[in-house]
Amino acid sequence: MNTLSNILIDGLAYGMVLFVIAVGLSVTLGLMRFVNLSHGAFAMVGGYCAALLTRELQWSFWVAVPLALLATGLLGAVLEALVLRHLYQRKELDQVLFTIGLTFVLIAATNALVGPQVQMIQLPPSLTGSIDLGFRTMPAQRLLVIGVGLAVALGAALTVTRTRFGIWLRAAVDHAGTASSLGIPIRVVQCVTFAAGAAMAGLGGVLGAEVMPLEPYYALKYLVLVLVVVAVGGMGSIAGSLCAAIVLGLIETASKYLASDWGSLFFFAAMAVFLAWRPNGILKR
Amino acid sequence: MSISRRVLCSAAMALSVLSATGAHAQDQAIKVGIIGPFSGPFAHYGTLFKAGAEAYVASQGGKLAGKSVEFIYRDTGGPNPAQTRVLAQELIVKDKVDYLGGFVFTPNALAVAPLIQQSQTPTVIFNAATSSITEKSEYFIRSSYTLWQVTVPLAQWAAKQGLKKVVTAVTDYGPGLDAEAAFKSEFAKQGGTVVETIRMPIATTDFGPFAQRIRASGAQAVYTFLPGGPPNLGFVKAYNENGLAKAGIQFLGTAETDEFDLQKFGDSALGLTTAFHYSGAHDSPQNKAFVAALKKQDPSAVANYASVGAWDGMYVIHKMIEATGGKKDGAKALAAARELQWESPRGPVRIDSRSRHITQNVYLRKVEKSGGILVNKEIQSFGPQVDFGLTP
Repeated sequence: MNTLSNILIDGLAYGMVLFVIAVGLSVTLGLMRFVNLSHGAFAMVGGYCAALLTRELQWSFWVAVPLALLATGLLGAVLEALVLRHLYQRKELDQVLFTIGLTFVLIAATNALVGPQVQMIQLPPSLTGSIDLGFRTMPAQRLLVIGVGLAVALGAALTVTRTRFGIWLRAAVDHAGTASSLGIPIRVVQCVTFAAGAAMAGLGGVLGAEVMPLEPYYALKYLVLVLVVVAVGGMGSIAGSLCAAIVLGLIETASKYLASDWGSLFFFAAMAVFLAWRPNGILKR
Repeated sequence: MSISRRVLCSAAMALSVLSATGAHAQDQAIKVGIIGPFSGPFAHYGTLFKAGAEAYVASQGGKLAGKSVEFIYRDTGGPNPAQTRVLAQELIVKDKVDYLGGFVFTPNALAVAPLIQQSQTPTVIFNAATSSITEKSEYFIRSSYTLWQVTVPLAQWAAKQGLKKVVTAVTDYGPGLDAEAAFKSEFAKQGGTVVETIRMPIATTDFGPFAQRIRASGAQAVYTFLPGGPPNLGFVKAYNENGLAKAGIQFLGTAETDEFDLQKFGDSALGLTTAFHYSGAHDSPQNKAFVAALKKQDPSAVANYASVGAWDGMYVIHKMIEATGGKKDGAKALAAARELQWESPRGPVRIDSRSRHITQNVYLRKVEKSGGILVNKEIQSFGPQVDFGLTP
């Protein structure tokens, strides 16, 4: 019984970490249909900014994180406006090659500028402690991740489905020519959406850093996990990504409690089963 | 006219080349090939090898036993035995190196054993820590440590502290299993019980579930082994955040509080107990000299097991050059190396003449804050330890 509740709690927490890291990609890859393998690199940039601001400059976590996200979003906007926009019309392989190349450049740049060591984000005292749940304790930081994850899911889903910007975005992705002739500023929409996706990646880098510590190879190391979440969740479905992240998080955590000798077998077996069962996404028939 | 000028030119060039090789023959540099990761996620090992080795030569006035030394660095990336073999072959056959050094990963070291055996090239392992490596060729000498060497005294100490029940939590790959076997067998010999052996998948990022399992096992302490870098940090965080430290479950580790990443742990590392052969904070004039020489060579280099492994490895090579007078004589060099005994930055050490592995003190350390930075403070020496992992 105790093990079961442990699995549920740790699984939910881990699933939310997966979701927070993956949600940015579900925007750029899922909504914009741009094969963005540099997602991990943006997450790393966000995390590094937060780490440097809080540790070297001793800024408050609550000030440093929004600033780090802003910086990542700006980097995303600049890259989108200068280079990435030329890739939207290219083949998927070109997008893969370019963005993986960009990832290597950012890895090497991080290595050269900051060094190969692991970077820690200085958390405020309110987040470093543990919360007593009665029968066990839980890191306070995980509660923040769960809360922010839910807020991001809700905010992103509402923006896409209920706002004018969301309509523009869907129109621009589905039929750019028609959208443009209807007077929708598709360049602005694309740039802003990509920047938002990059900033969300940065948020994932910051909030996920407790579980996936930041170092130069961060950008590649966790990319597979993120891609699995988005693939199982379904292209462009933020609710699907959330659902996939939590289910996969529960499965991974259960296998750690019950069958850790099997490694990550169950995680990937579950991915295969889900993709066979619902190839278009866990929530789509 | 033009033809004769060309002839003149080429003659002059040939002469200059000849004289250059002549000069080279007079002062024949000793060539040392260093094989390690100089790119990719493990590149910092290569950087530390380079800094440690070059700092040693610089500390000897730039020459070893009157000979200048030429380092040739070769990059293996990560664990890559096939490529390592090719690189070593090139170094031995084409570059004609006198000595080989380096090696972070066990499979890479094992891959060169037949080559160095055949070419009689003395090879000093600066890091790779699986016991069996030195048995694969009699030209291997090791200046690092083995997991058995540091774990056995730790298990003995744990039993002496009155700990009866310990859980092991190791990363599920070669060295982790080595560590688990070492702790389990020695702790049982001392009358303790390992209540559960947890093996954590190598790709683990969230260590929370394992922390809960450790707690649920009812053990008084956890013995752990993790590969360097992010997993260390993740495990220590999970250990603290899940209240294991507060519940009084003692942390027993080895290389987990490596100086390279230690500052990044923050205060969560305070009080962690480890047994290891080298601490950057070891209090001796030799260590102070080592740290100073290292900083002079490369201000960003960290005094840790990798850089001290390279430094002491170069000491061994220095003595082999001395014994052979700079000539290529593998057997004579090895005979000298087997007798070595000296005061290293880590304390008194010697090369075990049978295993060619370094016999050294293992220390019990606790992470403390000293002068604003985290250090591994040595609180007890277990005395000289051999490699317990070898088949007798």
